[in-house]
This record gives sequence, structure tokens and C-alpha cells, in this order.
Amino acid sequence: MSQIILFWSVLACEAILALAMACAAYRLARGPRAQDRVLSLDAFYVSGMLLLVTFGIRTGTTLYFEVALIIGALGFVSTLALAKFLMRGEVIE
Amino acid sequence: MTGDQFPLWAAIAVSVLLVAGSLLMLAGCIGMVRFRSFYQRIHAPTLGTSFGTIFILAGSVVYFTVTQLRPAVHEVLIFVFVSVTTPVTLMLLARAALYRDRIERVQDVPASKDPLDNAEMQTSKKPS
Repeated sequence: MSQIILFWSVLACEAILALAMACAAYRLARGPRAQDRVLSLDAFYVSGMLLLVTFGIRTGTTLYFEVALIIGALGFVSTLALAKFLMRGEVIE
Repeated sequence: MTGDQFPLWAAIAVSVLLVAGSLLMLAGCIGMVRFRSFYQRIHAPTLGTSFGTIFILAGSVVYFTVTQLRPAVHEVLIFVFVSVTTPVTLMLLARAALYRDRIERVQDVPASKDPLDNAEMQTSKKPS
């Protein structure tokens, strides 16, 4: 019984997160200006990171957790660098 | 999905946490699509990065604590990292967008109170 509940809830969670990533990708492709695209890239990697956490729950392995941690770290740096680029026109001054 | 003796209360708790977190993330992304201006849009995804992340990571903590596949403190690391870095990045992004809008003289953006900033706006060119 609990296996069935877990299977369907993890599947629903993954589907909803994939829908959220589709919304972020729509804004990423459509976005009228550059800051909209950077913002949607930020939401895109956060939902991808959460999707990897749910993959880890589904498979029961610890590997996906480390991938999620790396995505969190690299996404922070990339969004920061892109915001700095929009502000100044260059990343390293 | 390991083991047949996974307790029912833990399964229900994990399910509720996962679905609630993913629904919050979806609400944030829908808001990012639906809102009209950038300054409204930048508020929406923080719904997912704050409580969406907390709920999904809490579901992961409950699952891995009950099955005892590994010590379940690692998710706290992701939570601390995301909750510290998201306000920093979005604040910097909003300031960059405000700077660009002021330079291009977009309407309904308030002018800076710093006279040095306004002098800089007069002389600087449009960003590409």
C-alpha cells in the first residue's frame, strides 16, 4: 500500500516539476528582455535541482543528491555572473 | 522504493510534502509566465525557491531517515545554500534591471535619489 502511494506521488511530483520547467522554458524563449531570460534560467535550474532530488527518492540512491548539490552551487554562480554582466557589461573587472 | 515494511504514515507524509512542494514551484513558474512587468515577475519564482524547496527537501529527509539508507542531514546543506544565495542573486538582478531601465529612460521607473547616479545617466550611453 505504501509503495503504491509513494510511486504515484513521486510520479505526480516529477510531472508537476516538469510542467514548471516547461513554464520557465517558455519565459526563457519568449522573454522580452535579457533580465527576464536570466530570471527564468534561475527558476529553471532550481526546478531541475528539485527534480533530481525526487529522482533520488525514486531510485533510493545517494548519487542524485550530489548532482543536485552541484547544480545548486553552479546555478548560483551563473546567475550572479549574468546579473553582473547585465549591470556592467563585463564579468571580471 | 526499497523494502516492503515502509510505514504508511511515512509514505503519506512524504507524498504530501513532495506534492505540496512541487505545486508551489509550479505556481511560481506560472506566475513568472503570467505577470506583466519584470518587477512583478521577479517575485514569483521565490515561492518555489523558498517553500517549494523546503517541502521537497523535507520529504527527502523523511524518506531517507525512515529507510535509513544514509544519514539524512545532507538535504539541510542544499536548503541552506539555496536559501542564502537566492535573495543575493535576485537582488543583484533587480538592481541590474533597474540600472538598465533608468539608462534607457523607460517610463514608470523611479529616478535615483543619488545626484551622482543621475549625472552618470546623463553622460552614459545605452547598453546593448
